[in-house]
Amino acid sequence: MSAERVRIVRSWEWARPERPARREVLAVVPELEEGKRPLLFVPGFGHGAWAFAEHWLSHAASRGFPAYALSLRGHGGSEPAPAATLRSYTHDVVQAAAGLPRQAVLVGHGAGARVVAHALARYPARAAVLVAPVLGSWGTFGTALRRNPVGTLPAVFGGRLRLNRRQLFSRELPDGEARRYVARLGRAGRRAQWQLLTGGQPEPAVGRPSVLVLGSPDDRVVPSAALTRAARRYASAPLLFPGMGHDLMLDARWREPIDAILDWLEKDPAPAAG
Amino acid sequence: MPSSTDLGRPDPDPTVALTRDGRPVSDRGDTVCVIGAGASGLTAVKNLREHGFGVDCYERETGIGGAWNWRHDRSPVYASTHLISSRPFTQFPDFPMPDDWPDYPHHTQLLSYFERYADHFDLRQHVWFGTEVVRVKPAEGDRWDVTTRSTGGYGPERTSRYAGVVLANGHNWSPKLPRYEGLEQFRGEVMHASSYKDPAQLRGKRVLVVGGGNTGCDIAVEAAQQASRCWHSTRRGYWYAPKYVFGRPADQVNDTLLALRVPLRVRQWLYHRTLRLTVGDLTRFGLPRPDHRVYETHPIANSQLVYHVGHGAITPVPDVTRFHDRTVALSDEREIDPELVIFATGYLPRFEFLDGAVLGDADGSGRPRLWLNAFAAGHPTLAVVGLVQPDSGVFPIAHWQSVLFARLLAARTARPDRAAAFGRKAAAGLGERYSGKVKDSSRHWFEVGHADYLRALQRALDELEGK
Repeated sequence: MSAERVRIVRSWEWARPERPARREVLAVVPELEEGKRPLLFVPGFGHGAWAFAEHWLSHAASRGFPAYALSLRGHGGSEPAPAATLRSYTHDVVQAAAGLPRQAVLVGHGAGARVVAHALARYPARAAVLVAPVLGSWGTFGTALRRNPVGTLPAVFGGRLRLNRRQLFSRELPDGEARRYVARLGRAGRRAQWQLLTGGQPEPAVGRPSVLVLGSPDDRVVPSAALTRAARRYASAPLLFPGMGHDLMLDARWREPIDAILDWLEKDPAPAAG
Repeated sequence: MPSSTDLGRPDPDPTVALTRDGRPVSDRGDTVCVIGAGASGLTAVKNLREHGFGVDCYERETGIGGAWNWRHDRSPVYASTHLISSRPFTQFPDFPMPDDWPDYPHHTQLLSYFERYADHFDLRQHVWFGTEVVRVKPAEGDRWDVTTRSTGGYGPERTSRYAGVVLANGHNWSPKLPRYEGLEQFRGEVMHASSYKDPAQLRGKRVLVVGGGNTGCDIAVEAAQQASRCWHSTRRGYWYAPKYVFGRPADQVNDTLLALRVPLRVRQWLYHRTLRLTVGDLTRFGLPRPDHRVYETHPIANSQLVYHVGHGAITPVPDVTRFHDRTVALSDEREIDPELVIFATGYLPRFEFLDGAVLGDADGSGRPRLWLNAFAAGHPTLAVVGLVQPDSGVFPIAHWQSVLFARLLAARTARPDRAAAFGRKAAAGLGERYSGKVKDSSRHWFEVGHADYLRALQRALDELEGK
């Protein structure tokens, strides 16, 4: 990462600022301020802030971390935005992060991790956590196509990307709950979906944040090779939680990954070299 | 954010060394001193911290925000001050302003933005408030002895030795007053724009505003609405750019052209053409024809001035030649009788705590000779941050200057060869300009084109990092 150069001149971005959209941010803050870094959870495509509000927000707060979850535009309770691009989503994350009282830790899940990776170039996060990151590669796309052709193929033509229960959750999750979660899934902007494959790679992060990558080897969306690749990008190895589906924050054993994240943060990771 | 290099506040009994003139000095090790906690100082503190340096920041006032904090004695802002560059050009590149703010925020919003910046990145703990810097002197080994005391001269002086110094004391607080014959005998009220705070000061008076800068135009517009009469004296004709063209902030339209790499000549032509079509022929309004092409003087963003001239509320007049006891003579032989004269004639930079030679100002003109408006020859651990007058926002420039300086300090240990090459580059590039041709006056000492300047900064950063 450190070999890439910092970009100072961004004439296009200055000349064409992103149009603001109303954002939903759900928050659970600990009753007692303990001076811990706020966490900003960024859900992946189709998910809203609700996905983190189920378990992770209150769990993080119970361990003393102010926890916030954002719905990207067009998702959850945020303003509808069918024409959203990865850049609009990045804008949402950076805005939400800069709006927090203190320098935040960004936690991105799925394609939200790709958005976080972009946001890291525009906001000096205290640290970043990429959960089952879909950083976007043809390999991931191939896997999704193989595992769930009916849900994936329409996305190629700008339709909705439909992830099914088997991809998102392990068998341990009760059927009723899984059905309820899947019913709440929305869709991302079609341009953003395409950009996962065709968009430019994230620029180098500013502020030297340390980055933790975690996921499940049994994830049916992100193959473990992609996990390893993602972690290597940030000079580390992924933390693995076998037996879980793609949606680690909703699956039956949701407690393990979030505890691992919080433990890692409590060790106060030093800024990455470079 | 604790780190190994964070030395905390200076101890009362550190390793005691002596300054060159024999006073005790406390050694602050690798800590860097930042002078001023305004926009430039804050971003310097943040970026130095981010690169692992300990920082002591000295601020003479008791709050952050410098010029943008209206509570400060030296703050030049007046009640209606708004930004003249739109948000994307004004915000720190890694800490955007809220996107529900207007395109051109008010100065109080800007202050709250800096307050949030300071809180977000925990910067206040590094700032010594109510402390002014008396002397900054080079010490051996490219280090610096910084002598401070309580603002107002109370208490004892203390000297600390730092690995580097960032001068971020601002350049818009020491008023520049032109000399006029007979000014002492003028019976009316005379003030510099720095003392202008509120339109109530103008109400019902006959007002002469001198100066065609952004402040002068703002005050003239307020006088048009409040005063009983308003004359606006400018040295030359200017291009009064509206804040919006084609329904978008004008600087965003301008940067669209820059992004398309449209050459300067073509941009000037387009600009003239657009103004001609939207604002019209300025001489019809009695304003002088600009004697220069656009981009050759500091741009003036004011949509209202021409409007009020068109309504007869502002009378444009040429240069003032002399003052009499009740009247003012103009260069076109006219005499006018203002009760209040406001000089919006700008500010001069002042580094009274530093020997002028350090910044390359050997002749005492007050004009530093620097590379990238930031780096002095022969002083690799010194940087001036924010000493620019861009055709756009200052804060992104201050941000990148301080990033470059932090990386330069880091390179001094990690890659001494590159740091040395940077020093040679600085010595060779003193006084380099980063704008098209501009009118030669102290008003344009620090004028830079933001795109040209930031590209130069990008090149310097890439060379330093070997990319």
